[in-house]
Amino acid sequence: MPTVGVKRDELFELLGKKYTDEEFDQLCFDFGVELDEITSEKEQIEREQGKEKAVGASDVVEYKIDVPANRYDILCVEGFSRGLLVFLEKLKAPRYKVVEPSGKKHQMTVLPSTEQVRPYVVAAILRDITFTQDRYKSFIDLQDKLHQNLCRRRTLVAIGTHDLDSIKGPFVYDAKSPADIKFRPLNQDKEYTGQGIMELYSKDNHIKHFLPIIENKPVYPVIYDSNNIILSMPPIINGDHTKISVNTKSVIVECTGTDLHKTELTLDTVVCMFSQYCLKPFTVEPVEVIYPDGTKFNYPKLPYRFEEVNVERINKQVGINISAEDMARYLTKMCLQSEVLKDGKNLRVEIPPTRSDILHTCDIMEDVAIGYGFNNIIKTIPDTNCIANQFPLNKLTDLLRQEIAGAGFTEALTFALCSRDDIASKLGKKIEDTGAVHIANPKTLEFQVARTTLLPGVLKTVYNNQNMPLPLKLFEISDVVYQDPAKDVGARNERRLCAIHYNKSSGFEVIHGLLDRVMKLLEIPYDKKDGYYIKACDDSTYFPGRCADIMVRNESVGKLGTLHPDVITKFDLNQPCSALEINIEHFL
Amino acid sequence: MADFSELVLKNVNEKGEIDTQDLAKLENIDHQKLVGAVKSLQSLGNIIKVDQKQSKRLKLTEEGISVAEKGSHEACVYNSIPAEGIRQADIMKTVPNAKVGFSKAMSAGWIQVDKKAEGGPKVFKKVDSIEDKVEKCMKEIQSLKLDNITDAQIAEFKKRKLISEEKVTSYIVSKGDDFTLNVSKPEVDLTAEMIASGSWKTKTFKPYNFEALGVPPQSGYLHPLLKVRTQFRQIFLEMGFTEMPTNNFIESSFWNFDALFQPQKHPARDAHDTFFVSDPKSASGFPMEYLERVKKVHSEGGYGSQGYKCEWNIEEAEKNILRTHTTAVSARMLYKLAQQKPFKPAKYFAIDRVFRNETLDSTHLAEFHQIEGLVADRNLTLGDLMGTINEFFQKLGMTKLRFKPAYNPYTEPSMEIFSYHEGLQKWVEIGNSGVFRPEMLLPMGLPEDVSVIAWGLSTERPTMIKYKYNNIRDLVGPKVDLQMVYDNPICRLDKH
Repeated sequence: MPTVGVKRDELFELLGKKYTDEEFDQLCFDFGVELDEITSEKEQIEREQGKEKAVGASDVVEYKIDVPANRYDILCVEGFSRGLLVFLEKLKAPRYKVVEPSGKKHQMTVLPSTEQVRPYVVAAILRDITFTQDRYKSFIDLQDKLHQNLCRRRTLVAIGTHDLDSIKGPFVYDAKSPADIKFRPLNQDKEYTGQGIMELYSKDNHIKHFLPIIENKPVYPVIYDSNNIILSMPPIINGDHTKISVNTKSVIVECTGTDLHKTELTLDTVVCMFSQYCLKPFTVEPVEVIYPDGTKFNYPKLPYRFEEVNVERINKQVGINISAEDMARYLTKMCLQSEVLKDGKNLRVEIPPTRSDILHTCDIMEDVAIGYGFNNIIKTIPDTNCIANQFPLNKLTDLLRQEIAGAGFTEALTFALCSRDDIASKLGKKIEDTGAVHIANPKTLEFQVARTTLLPGVLKTVYNNQNMPLPLKLFEISDVVYQDPAKDVGARNERRLCAIHYNKSSGFEVIHGLLDRVMKLLEIPYDKKDGYYIKACDDSTYFPGRCADIMVRNESVGKLGTLHPDVITKFDLNQPCSALEINIEHFL
Repeated sequence: MADFSELVLKNVNEKGEIDTQDLAKLENIDHQKLVGAVKSLQSLGNIIKVDQKQSKRLKLTEEGISVAEKGSHEACVYNSIPAEGIRQADIMKTVPNAKVGFSKAMSAGWIQVDKKAEGGPKVFKKVDSIEDKVEKCMKEIQSLKLDNITDAQIAEFKKRKLISEEKVTSYIVSKGDDFTLNVSKPEVDLTAEMIASGSWKTKTFKPYNFEALGVPPQSGYLHPLLKVRTQFRQIFLEMGFTEMPTNNFIESSFWNFDALFQPQKHPARDAHDTFFVSDPKSASGFPMEYLERVKKVHSEGGYGSQGYKCEWNIEEAEKNILRTHTTAVSARMLYKLAQQKPFKPAKYFAIDRVFRNETLDSTHLAEFHQIEGLVADRNLTLGDLMGTINEFFQKLGMTKLRFKPAYNPYTEPSMEIFSYHEGLQKWVEIGNSGVFRPEMLLPMGLPEDVSVIAWGLSTERPTMIKYKYNNIRDLVGPKVDLQMVYDNPICRLDKH
């Protein structure tokens, strides 16, 4: 969840009311955000960099607010306070307008080579904008947040903002061989080629993560003006020439990307939030983007669309009964300007460009519920009558667990993921023979495979409890995973029972006795034909001559035996141990 | 012991009062044994009255005992001198304690020395016979006859470390209120023989030590978290929910994400959040007509939705993963439900493992148990969801709930559930909930008026709060402390 930092007193001034922390927490809760932390710049620097660095930092109280990941319209203090003011009905949601310039419109020509790397570009101009230190910081901050979030770490979209007065249109969006690109990147003191820039930033902790997006492409995207001044090499870095400052008056915002919809959305978000500071607030000057085939698009689109919703239906979905007028009011509070249609039964809801999260009428229904207040809705119990059933395998598992604990064995709960060694070399097996499912991206060795046997986890539990009095008698009933081509995902779970006896002597007879007990519980008689018996077998996990197949109706359902001393040693244990592991799915 | 008890009682009966020291001497038995008998009689109640008496007594030291046996050191020296005399040096060598004996014998005037004799000083008897008073005194003291011994002698013997003083405790025993001669030995335990013979009626029994702990029973123990799981299963069953088959840890991205209208570019589908499977790498066998509908609603929209307006690739959907939530199973179950005509309402639940490739810390593991409940029926409301959740948490003893708007790609509305924790004095997030989006349900083929309301939580979090664990590794995995498992109480979730 993204976090927005807001200076408390400034916010309260905007809201026209001083709240206590508790009151504000409640307001956030109702609005669907969370007051995560009350802090100050000083406090944060102290925590992150130490007390010395914090000397002189501001101790103005700051609220850290967690906002939902799909609400790009409240990601910055401008949008957040605007949203709250509308929610509190102290402000009418502004209307965002594209206003054509009196003179010639700026153009951005897209060259065909961009198709190979980053095909889309959109742009717009914030004219006569007034920044302050705080506004400027918020402007940069919003771009960072969008890059992380909606732009998927710049893979889908990258934003560049430039001082329009430093350059001269028309602009070109091109993709060139890295060697043919040469410019001075932001805040650097000399020019670099495309490759040079990649090398330069390979050590930069912030930017190095974005290099792979274009690194292996034959051409790198660049935007330049009519004098060949490079604005940016997206998604890596802007040029130094066009950099904006607090004093910048006109800003051209360009977004390039691989996902057109998100590229448009990003541009809309940036200009909607910051056009507030333009001479004519909430107006944006368009840029015309011309694609190689001659098609032209005017950006930003700032789409307003309408949805018609049925009042009764929404009332039914939420479980309330409010008038059409009230419903329209609640939606308007959520920045969805709404009016009751003539029939009095339906609403016409306007979805502004800032509310891209509204995909469906169910999203409108949610905003009605939020506007009404979730906690004001009367709780009801649906009259859905169903006969409950247990999943038979889980039922069997729970019944067996009780009985096995009753038989003196203590239950372990171990991980389904483990290392390859745990299920192979430590048990005297080869990994190829295990049939295990392998994980592609484990962060540590502990998560290389899904376990094919419960035994390693139980033995590790013994290892961690060697201070306990002997004997240790443990069991676990849980799932292992095997590859199985017959399944749609190529793998299946299998429910196993594993039990061990760890003592100064091997206690084979104790484990054997548990098997007899389990068979009795499952009503399987000792019988070579129609019941169970055990039959000597060889298995590298077990001590030679001390291992048997557990045969049920002449089919092996598992093994029992005394563990091989090598296995004991590899799990860092030092006493003899007998074990059994069976597949209980046979007994359903 | 019984014999000594009888002896004590007999003597008390005859003499009215006895001193245990006297009786021990009289009967020539170890005093301690009599003391034992007295104490055991005392423990039976008021049979005897006992008073303690402290006295002092003279006792021979080891040296004193040796004097009593062999005569005093000076007598030994005197006796070792032959008529013709002996060299002083020889005496010193041969007679034990000769140094003390020599000087005492000299001062008693029993012997004399010729210092000028040839070959060194020579010792002669000075008197013809001696009376060894010291030996005599020792013998008398040994037999506790002190009448003939003067205080001066006692002082001297003490100085010579031949005698010492010891404290003597004896017990003066007389009849108690319940005096009887017939005490039997108290029994430790009731036996089958006593029951058969009826002898328990006349026997007395040793009092039981109710302060001590009992013997722990021989038993195995169930794991605390799985006891919690059992209770959650029970609650769902009480509420009429049917358990879903969740025994499939490996899931395709299709069922885990795409079917839930989770966009293909969603961060949850990144490698640093989800475990991808390298072998078997991809899934197949999807219901293709349904898959096409899913593809369409993602990329183009439909069913009244704008969709995500971005490309949708089947390759992304085929990628196998370790399921990140049991909602993948819910999706499979709802799809199955949608194929049944006519529609029948359903209430499902699951409690099983899910996997996240997250950064591990004291409250997060790569796998945890997710609890999920859902109701599918016509015209369900948000109020129904809140009411159902309320009933569910009531059964966990959580009565003060509030709901916060939230975001989740596959539910709308989405609500976080908070409960007021009396102990912590604050609102604690305890779960998530929502109404499944039409973009998820309608492509499955469910009727338009069917809503599915759902909520979920983890098993670990409420268990950690309930049993006050700070580190999840103390609860789940091989590092669990078995003593904790042994000592864990029964699980009653509604009891705080």
